[in-house]
Amino acid sequence: MGHPYIPNTHEIREQMLDEMGVASIDELFADIPEKIRLKRELKLPKQMSELEVKRHVRAMLAKNEPFTKMLSFLGGGVWPHHIPSHVQSLVQRSEFLTSYTPYQAEVSQGMLQALFEYQSVVCELTGMDVANASMYDWATAIGEAALMCARVTGRKKVLVPELISPERFAVLQNYAAGPGLELVKLGYDWSTGQLDMSQLRAGLGQDVACVYVENPSYFGFLETQIEEIANATHNAGALLVVGVNPISLGLLKAPGDYGADIVVGEGQPLGNPASFGGPTLGIFACRDDQKLVRQIPGRLIGMTTTLDGKMRGFTMVLQTREQHIRRERATSNICSNEALCAVAAAIYAVSLGPRGLRELAEICAANASYAMKKLDAIDGLEAPIFTSPHFNEFTLRCTHPKFTVENLNTKLLKQGIQGGKPISKEFPEFGETAILCTTELHTKENIDRLVDAVAEAMGARR
Amino acid sequence: MKFKQASWANDAHLEPLVFELSRANRTGYTLPQKTPSGANIPENLVRKKLELPELSEPEIVRHYTRLSQMNYGVDSGFYPLGSCTMKYNPKICEELAALETASRIHPYQDEGTIQGALELMYKLERHLAEIAGVARVCLHPSAGAHGEFLGMLLARAYHKSKGKERKEVIVPDSAHGTNFASAAMAGFDVVVVPSNSKGRVDIGALRKAVSKKTAALMLTNPNTLGLFEDEILKIAEAVHKVGGLLYYDGANLNGILGKTRPGDMGFDIVHFNLHKTFSTPHGGGGPGAGPIGVSRKLEKFLPVPVIEYNRKRRRYYLDYRRPHSIGKVKAFYGNFGVLVKAYAYILLMGASGLQEATEAAVLNSNYIMHKLRGVSGYELKFDASGPCKHEIVFSAEPLKRETGVTARDVAKRLLDYGMHAPTYYFPPIVPEALMIEPTETEPKEELDRFVETLKAIADEARSDPEKLRSAPTQTAVGRLDEVKASREPILSWRMYRKLAKQ
Repeated sequence: MGHPYIPNTHEIREQMLDEMGVASIDELFADIPEKIRLKRELKLPKQMSELEVKRHVRAMLAKNEPFTKMLSFLGGGVWPHHIPSHVQSLVQRSEFLTSYTPYQAEVSQGMLQALFEYQSVVCELTGMDVANASMYDWATAIGEAALMCARVTGRKKVLVPELISPERFAVLQNYAAGPGLELVKLGYDWSTGQLDMSQLRAGLGQDVACVYVENPSYFGFLETQIEEIANATHNAGALLVVGVNPISLGLLKAPGDYGADIVVGEGQPLGNPASFGGPTLGIFACRDDQKLVRQIPGRLIGMTTTLDGKMRGFTMVLQTREQHIRRERATSNICSNEALCAVAAAIYAVSLGPRGLRELAEICAANASYAMKKLDAIDGLEAPIFTSPHFNEFTLRCTHPKFTVENLNTKLLKQGIQGGKPISKEFPEFGETAILCTTELHTKENIDRLVDAVAEAMGARR
Repeated sequence: MKFKQASWANDAHLEPLVFELSRANRTGYTLPQKTPSGANIPENLVRKKLELPELSEPEIVRHYTRLSQMNYGVDSGFYPLGSCTMKYNPKICEELAALETASRIHPYQDEGTIQGALELMYKLERHLAEIAGVARVCLHPSAGAHGEFLGMLLARAYHKSKGKERKEVIVPDSAHGTNFASAAMAGFDVVVVPSNSKGRVDIGALRKAVSKKTAALMLTNPNTLGLFEDEILKIAEAVHKVGGLLYYDGANLNGILGKTRPGDMGFDIVHFNLHKTFSTPHGGGGPGAGPIGVSRKLEKFLPVPVIEYNRKRRRYYLDYRRPHSIGKVKAFYGNFGVLVKAYAYILLMGASGLQEATEAAVLNSNYIMHKLRGVSGYELKFDASGPCKHEIVFSAEPLKRETGVTARDVAKRLLDYGMHAPTYYFPPIVPEALMIEPTETEPKEELDRFVETLKAIADEARSDPEKLRSAPTQTAVGRLDEVKASREPILSWRMYRKLAKQ
């Protein structure tokens, strides 16, 4: 029996070998030294039919509980949203799906233009002029931004908020390690969560390459003093890097409007499924400044014309920054990126348009605001722990001495509700606290159900 | 066979930009009702305008369908892009990754609700470990280069644990650009070793290059010429003797599946490109997945969390209690959607199927080597006495000398015949390089057509060289002004409009 993905039958293979004057396939592997040849079959499952594989994988995955079946309030860097059917259907077009990086521009105009449109969408959202064609995820985009700022400024210190997502900080640490960047954490106001301006000013010496701020923060609140942060940063000759959830930018001011030099973020909520945390989509954008653009990591798609100047076209540009040309002096080692996720993001963003994205952001924020109000009214609970305005995520603290958030989540799960992400281990200073997220997937009834289940679990009065 | 790519165009441009198609108040979405309470965001934090396009759903669908028609994929035709393993991507894998039980799960869900995902990753790890002959695999990296970066961090952690900081990473001159860049990003100095006349690592030069400063040697085997490094055991010995580690760049793993294993060759760290060898689609540049495999002595440094299985409780779990771990290189646990596809692919192939894939891929490239080596205009620059592996690098230097036509011209002309270009000008040690990787999923007829076409192009180079210099003409657009594109970069709609106003 032949294999469905291998067109050359054994007879044809024999015929080819004959033509080549080669006695057997084994001769083609004779250059592998005897000592390291594998003399047995790989210990892997036997080949299965498509039907068997389908049954096997479906059965295995059926042990998962998707958030489409239960009620989930998880966010924290991956945010579930509704994805319009046409987005998925378009990115599955096999001309997009099965193409390589568009090195051959003439046969790849479709992907190149779609990526140029993605870059353009990111620029409109962030208020930047330049965006690359994607990084792996938000966390690696922060790492790359720190490296870029160090190259641009020739400085080695990076200031980050103490309230950064631990996942993202852990990744940043590894990116910073190569050139030996020093990461310094900045404290926050205990009641508002806002960045401590006096610590920022004290930390902003002539050795600081950049200040990184998340807006909305990992805790869901907005940085209300962001313009002051930008001014202080720039006065010290450092760059301001802002991390975003792009959905929030349907409603919130663009970072470019308050002084960001580089904007990074997680593009997954723009038309890409949560998918257990990957594939994700690292957003990376910066101001149109030669000093910055020459140092940007990753692929850039640019507009140009045909050689005769008659037709517009798109091609990869400034490739001399990249690893395949610049090698160890490249601005980054990135090669494969998240192109198809970027195309999904573009299609999603243009489908919603300015009004849709605004409305969506308002729904997400309004749901959070409603949930906070209701949960905060329950005895033994506090939501949120900070007084600042919040977007679509917020903290829920259990002040009841007998309850941990883990307890609470276990009880909720029995009711088919996945509660927030506990952060008691990451940030013990906040006690029994979890981060919850609401999006347009949540109806008022869903939130009421959460509130009732929480109240019941705690045996609390409202 | 004739080819003409779709070209939706007017006199000045192809399909307009989506921004140019925008008309005020068109709607491409519907949203549920808002809850009664407001968003509670202070007015001074709210944006005044957002200039995204406004289109209806049918317009959007038509726009991107047209763009897709101006894009060439493996499903369109032959894609012999060397080093990239552009093989057929089974459709069933897409279907499985799109299941709600795979795509609609959150990484922070309660462990009891993600047992299937953890099981799949746990088993995929073990399959990959068996294929590469390593002790343990980490699925986190998003791409090959990301895996290389992690590999270099592991090498650093290993040497640090031995109390020795080592600063140098050795890379052959034929290596992928990412090797140099990944080593540098992790803080290493790159030392280049030359290839010998047989196109393999010059073992004498390597022995001179290694020292107590050597952290690792990064090597692709088969190398980028498609040739097996047959002195691999001596190479390994030279590096290990000074206490260095051997890093395996897995881009070319498709050439050896089931025949030999990086771990058995002496490699300590191995990366896999699931989007090459394990047939997950490239998606126009990504997403990919670049898992890392390591030998026993490096296991404790792997990123957190590691997936473990508790036999007593019959439960998979995420283990963060790893005191020697280097931490993380990516948020969460890897490109799960891609991992599902690779796992399904391994089952669809089985042990025998994977080995057969390698045999058929190697046969196909040897067949091309055999058929093309007699064709005037192209030649092999290195040792051609033995077989090649999954790919073969020809030089179009004779053709250039004779006609002035370059490898790039040949590659561009191939597009006119409905075939994707091979990788060209790589590896840099071969002048006018054409790096050809047919993969196992191409029939003999397609290989014959490819060789015939290269022959025809060589003839055209002699009779009508201008035709090649102005190729391609059957694609959506002709050759683009890349110099202008980089000299005055226009990188977004915003930049374009600003320039138009000036």
